[in-house]
Amino acid sequence: MSAIKLHYDVDGTDFTRAGEASASVKKTLRQLGVRPDVIRKVAIALYEGEINMVIHADGGFIDVDIDSEKVSLALCDHGKGIENIELAMQEGYSTAPDEVRSLGFGAGMGLSNMKKNSDEMRIESTVGVGTNVYMTIRL
Amino acid sequence: MTVNDIKNALECKVFAGENLLDREVHTACGSDMMSDVLAYVKDQSILLTGLVNAQVIRTADMMDMLCVVLVRGKQPTEEMISLANERGITLMSTPERMFTACGTLWEKGLRGGKLNE
Repeated sequence: MSAIKLHYDVDGTDFTRAGEASASVKKTLRQLGVRPDVIRKVAIALYEGEINMVIHADGGFIDVDIDSEKVSLALCDHGKGIENIELAMQEGYSTAPDEVRSLGFGAGMGLSNMKKNSDEMRIESTVGVGTNVYMTIRL
Repeated sequence: MTVNDIKNALECKVFAGENLLDREVHTACGSDMMSDVLAYVKDQSILLTGLVNAQVIRTADMMDMLCVVLVRGKQPTEEMISLANERGITLMSTPERMFTACGTLWEKGLRGGKLNE
């Protein structure tokens, strides 16, 4: 398989559209004949990330790189950043406002679920500057 | 059982995916918290929820679910209906409350399935 690169802009003002990139990547992986369990992991990890970008960071962009061995995801935003990454990774810890919880999210499961579904995950974040999340899922 | 059996058991009104009612289902989950669905669901093919927004359909799609049942007679938005049609998900609504809807389906043999740990 030759490498495939995909780029998505995530609109931070439109909650109902969060998840479009994940759906598109899922479709591409299915067309490529990737195993369903691997597709599921990519879909969950990316969707959680997309939701985070809309809830916490006013959107951003996503780069997806698919080669014969792995799917690499880069999620970049210019949001407020994460103060304490270790704390943010804990299940149940959330800084999401109640309004987000009434939409069905903000249980503090997002980042830990992204980690659970990826083979490698790295977060770079600077308060006031933004956050980059890099994830790799092996095919 | 099939999605159609669920429709009959819960006296559902179907809003999308009426042509997909003959699909087989074995397990279901009930939650208003999509975060939990994304974190804990494994192979459950039905989602019962009282939450009404587009992310319910998107979450179900990510988890490869076949059917979303809105409880307490809730009406889906136009956006949910068109997304469900696009993604091949049956979307329906039951007048039953969450507890009763889940109990009714349990009685008919539907189970919770495995947890994704």
